[in-house]
Amino acid sequence: MYDPTVARLTYRALLGRRRALILGALPLLLIAISIVVRALAGADDQTASDLLGGLALATMVPIIGVIAGTGAIGPEIDDGSVVYLLSKPVKRPTIIFTKLIVAIAVTMVFSALPTLIAGYILNGNGQQIAVAYTVAALVASIAYAAIFLLLGTVSRHAVVFGLVYALVWEALFGSLVSGARTLSVQQWALAVAQKVSGGDMVTSDVALPTATVLLAVVTVLATWYAGQKLRSLTLAGEE
Amino acid sequence: MTTLSIDHVSRWFGNVVAVNDITMTIGPGVTGLLGPNGAGKSTLINMMGGFLAPSTGTVTLDGQPVWRNESIYKHIGIVPEREAMYDFLTGREFVVANAELHGLGAKAAQKALATVEMEYAQDRKIQTYSKGMRQRVKMASALVHNPSLLLLDEPFNGMDPRQRMQLMDLLRKMGDEGRTVLFSSHILEEVEQLAWHIEVVVAGRHAASGDFRKIRRLMTDRPHRYLVRSSDDRALAAALIADPSTSGIEVDLTEGALHIQAVDFGRFTTLLPRVARDQGIRLLTVSPSDESLESVFSYLVAA
Repeated sequence: MYDPTVARLTYRALLGRRRALILGALPLLLIAISIVVRALAGADDQTASDLLGGLALATMVPIIGVIAGTGAIGPEIDDGSVVYLLSKPVKRPTIIFTKLIVAIAVTMVFSALPTLIAGYILNGNGQQIAVAYTVAALVASIAYAAIFLLLGTVSRHAVVFGLVYALVWEALFGSLVSGARTLSVQQWALAVAQKVSGGDMVTSDVALPTATVLLAVVTVLATWYAGQKLRSLTLAGEE
Repeated sequence: MTTLSIDHVSRWFGNVVAVNDITMTIGPGVTGLLGPNGAGKSTLINMMGGFLAPSTGTVTLDGQPVWRNESIYKHIGIVPEREAMYDFLTGREFVVANAELHGLGAKAAQKALATVEMEYAQDRKIQTYSKGMRQRVKMASALVHNPSLLLLDEPFNGMDPRQRMQLMDLLRKMGDEGRTVLFSSHILEEVEQLAWHIEVVVAGRHAASGDFRKIRRLMTDRPHRYLVRSSDDRALAAALIADPSTSGIEVDLTEGALHIQAVDFGRFTTLLPRVARDQGIRLLTVSPSDESLESVFSYLVAA
């Protein structure tokens, strides 16, 4: 199911100079803000939770997910270089699964790790806040990578759709319409984080069992469907 | 022996029919797929390579379907027309990756790089390569698993004459070895120099198939139109129309020229200068007025 050559090509494409700069910018911004906040306001659990929930989990993780998920396959389909993967006796679902693993790993490294560092800077992991949000970022990385990898497979405008989902649906609708919150990767991840923290600092609108099932179903379905789409991917000619 | 069979294949995109009920069999040796730009060659090659489903009909390789059948790529090598090819890798890394995807190692990659004579630049990034170098590395990636069928879409585009000759030699060798090699081109001379057999596609339809010489004769025997200016148009027209190689001459007074339709190309090209010399007429302009490839092809379709 996992092809090391496909993984190597995907890592190199994803961590190319320009994309690595974009991937690195947001985590650095989060850490810089955390340092400033800690210096100005001191260690405060509520501030730490607000910053990690509002900036790290609600904004940074989905954006990194969009860049890594769509970037793992979208550009290759756009420029046609995916033909070198498709013209090989390698099962298409293997290509998708491998790219998913790479997208998850990249999203985790560029979102969960900085979340942990920022959490320790903000309040030294008081009330398990840093660890709880890190777990949420890890869990969300898996689902985001799968959703955005599927978007990258089916649409040429995957980045736009991904950002609309991440920023408009999750951030805007999520705060206005309660129903939207149920269908939000962020809330599912928060349900897991709530369990980890055990306190009232991290809360979710979705119960843990529902969240776990939805996370698993969305990840598996998105990956399966992306594999199917790649099997019948059409490479239109130049004509 | 590898045979690619295209059986009553059509492909349409919305209301546009790109390929219209084509049936052909491509066997060992070098076959040229000839047609003007936009004729449907790339669509056809994409269907042969399993990257596009036919709307109707089937494409099979030795009886095996090509569409949605990954295992078929053990036998097929593909050189796509598009330029993009993991530009951030070196030539060697690219060919090694292609070898690995076939379950092969660096040794097979090195052999393929040697075949296309790209060892000297193998450690440079692909983004620094010229068009011809890219083409050769693409070729190496297609040859790495020793395929019995090689599909090349406009392989000579953008190559300089020396590179073109090298690639032609290589493809000829592949054909001599008994591989099935199919390449597309819109340039008659390329096909003439390389292909043993040609398939002509015009406006999505299969216009001609067979030995190149037969088709070439069809092409040269068609009525040719010329625009001729001379020191005495009327006298020249009178002398030319007496010969059976011309079927019609119009004296165009406003342009000050003759529009001549010749039915016997070979005979007319020797007749014109001879008649002019004998009559003491000076030829000022002799230019074919319908030599575009499209007119050649449309004649073929009608023939």
